[in-house]
Amino acid sequence: MSAPVLELERAARTYPGEPPVEALRGVTFAVLAGELVAVVGPSGSGKSTLLHLMGTLDRPTAGRVSVTGLDIAKLSDPDLAALRASRIGFVFQQFHLAEHSSALENVADGLLYGGVAAPERRARAAEALDRVGLSHRATFRPSKLSGGERQRVAIARALVGRPAIVLADEPTGNLDSAAGVAILELLKDLHRDGATIVVVTHNHDLAAELPRRVEVLDGRIVADGRPA
Amino acid sequence: MTGLVAVRLRPADLARVASVGLRTRRLRAALSALGIAIGVGAMVAVLGLSASNQAGLLAEIDRLGTNLLTVQNGQSLIGDKAELPVQAPAMIGRIASVTQVAATAGLSATVYRSPLIPSVQTSGLQVQAASVDLLPAVGTTVAQGRYLNAATEREPVVVLGAQAASRLGIDRVFPGERVWLGGQWFYLVGILRPAALAPEIDHSVLVGFDAAKRHLGFDGHPTEVYVRADTAAVAAVQSLLAGTADPEHPDQVDVSQPSAALEARAKAKGALTGLFLGLGAVALLVGGVGVANIMVISVLERRSEIGLRRALGARRSQIRAQFLSEALLLSLFGGAAGVLLGALATAIYASTQGWAIVIPALGWAGGLGAALGIGAIAGLLPAIRAARLSPTEALRTA
Repeated sequence: MSAPVLELERAARTYPGEPPVEALRGVTFAVLAGELVAVVGPSGSGKSTLLHLMGTLDRPTAGRVSVTGLDIAKLSDPDLAALRASRIGFVFQQFHLAEHSSALENVADGLLYGGVAAPERRARAAEALDRVGLSHRATFRPSKLSGGERQRVAIARALVGRPAIVLADEPTGNLDSAAGVAILELLKDLHRDGATIVVVTHNHDLAAELPRRVEVLDGRIVADGRPA
Repeated sequence: MTGLVAVRLRPADLARVASVGLRTRRLRAALSALGIAIGVGAMVAVLGLSASNQAGLLAEIDRLGTNLLTVQNGQSLIGDKAELPVQAPAMIGRIASVTQVAATAGLSATVYRSPLIPSVQTSGLQVQAASVDLLPAVGTTVAQGRYLNAATEREPVVVLGAQAASRLGIDRVFPGERVWLGGQWFYLVGILRPAALAPEIDHSVLVGFDAAKRHLGFDGHPTEVYVRADTAAVAAVQSLLAGTADPEHPDQVDVSQPSAALEARAKAKGALTGLFLGLGAVALLVGGVGVANIMVISVLERRSEIGLRRALGARRSQIRAQFLSEALLLSLFGGAAGVLLGALATAIYASTQGWAIVIPALGWAGGLGAALGIGAIAGLLPAIRAARLSPTEALRTA
């Protein structure tokens, strides 16, 4: 059995306010290297908060979150930034691509904060674009690409640093169904090549396609299992 | 051991990241840089024009010659006007190294365009007796007509200084033109150009020494002697003048070097530039507020970019550096444009005036430095705010 890449132990996140909002109420689960996991739940279930904790963008108010064995509560801001730069890749629903840069430059920016020199960034970005099947679009600006192509660029950017885990937040949320299916196939493909991927979504049909589903409701995990 | 390595952004990468905002929002960047450019441009132009003006004046003074010395009658012990001896010009002329000597003598007579003018309307003009060799000594020439010569200096004729001519309303010399001087008609023979080194000549109506003696009761005592000396010996000559002019009362003689006084005045002229410099600084400050404003808006608008960069692994300090560098870059562009603008304005104006173009280092280096300083102050707060933004907040969809 491979070591867990991501581990949550009774992780909770409460937002201060009147009354305080308990977004996550003690979540325990682990993601092993090479897994493809769907975290599924309706809006307001706490899955976005969960994504933020898994991505070390936020810290738990109670419990423990470990990424590649490092307890994120014990890391300073520069260490957390280095962790994100080297071991975590993000894919967002809105793509978050820079409009003024080409697809290649956008992918290369995935390595910007990892201390990689510019020529190597471009070489590896070209490789990653090739992997998602967009070599022929390398010089295009995002505005000249279709939604599906933009999401492929974003996935290439998440992969270019060869992270331990890729977190995808509603990766098909802004796409039509055909493009969505293609993105899903790409994710499965990457998973077969050994990538560890967590997809956060509210879409049960999409989740049903993935080998493991973690269902979240009201800040708790209500089901965790593989489809029959 | 975490095994994590914190890495710095390379300078080239930082420069690229810092210029993102400027490249994507060009009009906005250009307008806010313009504010800085106007401020810096005004400061550079003020300093440049004042320095060029000064250089022009000094060049003009050099052209007129710095070797002119004047000897004036001073005050006697009891406070009266002292008299220079009649032979003072001749005595001075015997000093070695003295190349030219000329003299004038103030007369009490008054001058009018015609006898019908009320006697109180003297126009502030002075009637002076002048020697025939005055013009080369004071460094001026005749604008119209001719100057006094050995023949006309004993006749009732006048030559007008540049100012005197315009005050009397005379702009050209024609036969029969005359002025009412000391109760009789004097015929006009010439008008002089301005004498920068001896402005008192400009306000004077000049008659010959002999004519003054014959028609105006002049006693022959000069009141001012103009002396040209070899340039190398000016100081030596200056020290001898008082004793030579009036050996009995050297303390009653005032000796001065008009070019030195003019130079001092040219250098002191910088005083007024302080005011304009202050106005330039205010413009620069306003430009800085514009940059701060644009940076605050930029940080608000680019939350998702900040969130993305944090997700890609940017540290707080790297976000801070990005926005601070952007503000610095913006002010640097503005400052550079301002220096060019100010230099151009100086060059154009100075060349129309025939001055040398001088842009003092204080102007361009100070302007750039002030722009960078303003940019740093303007960018600091927005940069700190950008760095404090939590990544989850920044990534939240609007």
